[in-house]
Amino acid sequence: MKPAAFVRHVPKTLDEALKILARVAPQDGRVLAGGQSLVPIMAFRLAKPAHLVDINEVEGLDKIAHDGKTLDIGARVRHAAFHKSVVDNPLGALLSEVARHVAHYPIRMRGTFCGSLAHADPASEWCLVAATLDATMVAKSMRGARAIAAKDFFAGIMATTLAEDELLAEVRLPLLARDARFGFNEFNRRAGDFAMSAALVTYTLQDGKIGGARVGVGGAEPCPRRIAEAEAALNGKAPSDAAFRAAAEAAAHAVEPLEDHQTTGEYRRDLVRAVVRRALEQSTQ
Amino acid sequence: MTAHTKGSGLKWVGRAIRRLEDPALVTGQGRFTADLPAVHWVRIVRSPVAAGKIAKIGAPDGATVIAATDLKGVKKITPMLHKFNYKPVGQPVLADGVVRFVGEPVAAVVAASKEAAEDIAELVELTVDETAPEIDALAALRPDAAQIHTEAPGNVILEGKFKTPDFDAAWAGAHKFVSVEAGSHRQNATPMEARAGHAAYDASTGRVTLTCTTQMPHLMRTAIADVLGMPESDLRVVAPDVGGGFGQKMSLAAEYVVLVWLARKLKSSVAWTEDRRENLIAGFHARDQAITLEGAFDKDARLIALKTDIVANVGAYSCFPTTCGVEPLMAMAEMPGPYDFKHYETRARGVLTNTCTMAPYRGVSRPVITFTLERLMDKAAKAFGLDVVDIRRRNLIDKFPYTSAIGLVYDEATYKQTLEMAVKEIDLPAFRTRQKAARAKGRHLGIGFATFSERTGYGSPAFAARGMEITPGWETVILTVDPSGFVEARIGSSPHGQGLRTTLAQIIADEIGVTPDLIKVVHGDTDRAPYGWGTFASRSLVICGGATLIAAQKVRAKLIKIASHLLEAAPGDIVLENGEARVAGTDRSVSIAKMAREAYTQTHKFKGEIEPGITETGTYDPPGTFSNACHVAIVEVDIETGRTTVEKFLVAEDAGKIINPMIADGQVHGGIAQGIGNALLEEIVYDESGGILTANLADYMPPTAREIPPIELHHIETPSTESITKAKGLGEGGCIGAPAAVINAINDALSEYNVQIDEMPATPQRIRAALRTSPAVVPAKAGTQ
Repeated sequence: MKPAAFVRHVPKTLDEALKILARVAPQDGRVLAGGQSLVPIMAFRLAKPAHLVDINEVEGLDKIAHDGKTLDIGARVRHAAFHKSVVDNPLGALLSEVARHVAHYPIRMRGTFCGSLAHADPASEWCLVAATLDATMVAKSMRGARAIAAKDFFAGIMATTLAEDELLAEVRLPLLARDARFGFNEFNRRAGDFAMSAALVTYTLQDGKIGGARVGVGGAEPCPRRIAEAEAALNGKAPSDAAFRAAAEAAAHAVEPLEDHQTTGEYRRDLVRAVVRRALEQSTQ
Repeated sequence: MTAHTKGSGLKWVGRAIRRLEDPALVTGQGRFTADLPAVHWVRIVRSPVAAGKIAKIGAPDGATVIAATDLKGVKKITPMLHKFNYKPVGQPVLADGVVRFVGEPVAAVVAASKEAAEDIAELVELTVDETAPEIDALAALRPDAAQIHTEAPGNVILEGKFKTPDFDAAWAGAHKFVSVEAGSHRQNATPMEARAGHAAYDASTGRVTLTCTTQMPHLMRTAIADVLGMPESDLRVVAPDVGGGFGQKMSLAAEYVVLVWLARKLKSSVAWTEDRRENLIAGFHARDQAITLEGAFDKDARLIALKTDIVANVGAYSCFPTTCGVEPLMAMAEMPGPYDFKHYETRARGVLTNTCTMAPYRGVSRPVITFTLERLMDKAAKAFGLDVVDIRRRNLIDKFPYTSAIGLVYDEATYKQTLEMAVKEIDLPAFRTRQKAARAKGRHLGIGFATFSERTGYGSPAFAARGMEITPGWETVILTVDPSGFVEARIGSSPHGQGLRTTLAQIIADEIGVTPDLIKVVHGDTDRAPYGWGTFASRSLVICGGATLIAAQKVRAKLIKIASHLLEAAPGDIVLENGEARVAGTDRSVSIAKMAREAYTQTHKFKGEIEPGITETGTYDPPGTFSNACHVAIVEVDIETGRTTVEKFLVAEDAGKIINPMIADGQVHGGIAQGIGNALLEEIVYDESGGILTANLADYMPPTAREIPPIELHHIETPSTESITKAKGLGEGGCIGAPAAVINAINDALSEYNVQIDEMPATPQRIRAALRTSPAVVPAKAGTQ
């Protein structure tokens, strides 16, 4: 369990990092941030990058900023940054709630928000947040910068539409309405394990009725996504056990469940049903 | 020299003193095999397929790659049983033309670093002509099944049978029959430290020192010398600090033989540290058993007769030294458990398959047989309309010594008392009230009981009864007071986390009147320790502790003799305490340090009446003694997801005289944590082609601290008459009772749905699958979290 040989580059500026990445990307160069996913994969030799562009000393990548519309999260912001609310908006509380489900404490001290998105594990909590809230990913390379919508970003199990010379420099999450409600629930076998299914919901109440419902499901399909059928089951309804059950049922039916040696499609749908309903229940507490 | 510190005057035995071994371990000063530097590093190339013939092993240019063809004259590892129609099958140290399981060692790459060895191993071109494997034991019994070894036709490597004389008549006369088909999936002991070995050649003597993660250093020396055909005196085996073993590290790893062979060949040092993946696929497995159990009861719900058929999947080879008989034969002998009945019929088979070789793992069979028997008792309670406690009350043994249906003799224990203690402490009526209230709110709580006997500290007669060619049992301790006045106990046991350095020091301290911190316990080095059997089978405190007591009594006698000379007093008037010998009722005394110095340097004072020096030897080989306990688990089952949360765990335990209550409690806590993992989480999964799908710790799931509930312990101390320290073993009990208690609790929580969870681990997937088949439930729409 020793990685294959590689060259580690330690740029100090973003420009320098992008230059090195442009040069080494064709030779299987990869960006190293927190290393909590990449390094174990290298130890298993499932990945054998020839070059690592280590961004841990690049200036300015650890910033969290907001302009009243979006929360901008830099490439080196660690999971643990979200333990406390980072913005006076329901989004801050939402991120705090989700953060404590991300792996274990030591991993949260090192792993990064953007790294988690670039790795695109189907079970990633942050990928679910990005998909549910329609985040915008800012990719930078020597060729310039471009914004990628969440729905266009995830391309399959551990696959994204980032080009090999692009660094995921920033993720922009839209702030929530001041009166937005949210709920999160995930199922795993042990504390800190990858979610076997997870759900994130947000909505606002207008005259006691649900509006603008977002129901995101992760860990159940190759990519996290919003489930339109579940959202439709909620919009215009008052929050109630019946409405929540209907939405959960709709989500359970809508997913194309991933199967593995221990998890049948039927069981995965059971879990989706449970996590969606529980996330909705949490939203009322 | 340091003065002897004054003791408190209290006895040391029975006190929860802190472990003497911990300061080094918790300050990073522990010394582990993988810490050693080496000139050469080995990476093992392992079979990627479950069955087939090796067509080619192609080494990259210039690389050192050792295969079976290089190992001329090296014998196969072939353990032996002279009973039960055992078929001796041999394991080549490196696969010799045929591979029999995924992970089997095929070649050894030698390079200058771990990384380089792994790089080269990736380039080794291994071609295997695959054949159809047998993975499942019941499938391997088919007449047309592939044959794993020609020496064992039908894949049955051993078969034990036993039937009491009047069984059929008793069976025919029964009032009610209850049966269960239960079993355990495959598990791995998962010690924190995986296996590692380091072999270093000494050019001046021609000797090799093998440092390795073993529970049995002397037996490793004997076995490796046998396989390599070398003088045993040319090999020294050292077990330094070892990070847990749980049985996995008592079997001979073929890799160690390769290391010693290479050290002699290269005349240098060679090291190997396996990674977690190797440990999970090839570091020995356990528990893979399918058991059919039928009980015949009289009209008062008393068990009259028990019939069982045990099929143990033993994997591809037989482990050395115990042989693969360790699981099926343990199951056969100890299935009767703590219950009083006379008639017993059993058949136990060990079945070869193309899977990783099985070896002992904490509890050995008893977690599975206890689970099976306790499921039977709960089902019988239901059949008779009785409470689960009541049926146990009617059937537990309460007269001692008791001879079981198969002939094991149980010494005095407290089966009924621990059950009653557990029922009282858990407050069963209060739980039933709470359970009802929770159910009204859609929550499913359950309680489960497990009562069991734990055979511990058994000597050579018990092992000989299995017909083992290698019959472990006794232990020897050499106890020395050196000229500095410090005490050194050299022991053949080989603790690796059990706290034996502390508990033995407590035993010695009480005999010779010094404080435990002056006593060094030396183990894990065949050049320093007397021949012994190591640490396994809940034996060390009973057997090595007994040998220690014998040696300490002899040292005590000698010290008194010396003191009587120096103090000119009658031996009967000498008391040993607080680091000195004193004439009772006077202020005349001499320190043990001074006596020790004079025993070596002033021997003329003893006029030839006392042998020079202070070194005494004790050897002990007891018949065995039975610990017992009642475990209680309270769980909550989430019927929508199938998740089980263990809310509380309670144990009423009797392990005889407790030498150190803190260490005893720690053993029980650790065992329960493993037992809960076995009950709910841990499973090695093979696919149909024999590949392992759970080869990392994300997929193979030992519990974390978050999955382990508060554990409440209660003790009864029934001094054992079969152990001279009065102590019984307790290393495995936690692991033995927990799966049964947890899964009985799950079944209790789900009782209204009429589902039967008779498999371990009881995973959420299995619980949901069972609930889906229940006509009584539409669980997806019912209940809340």
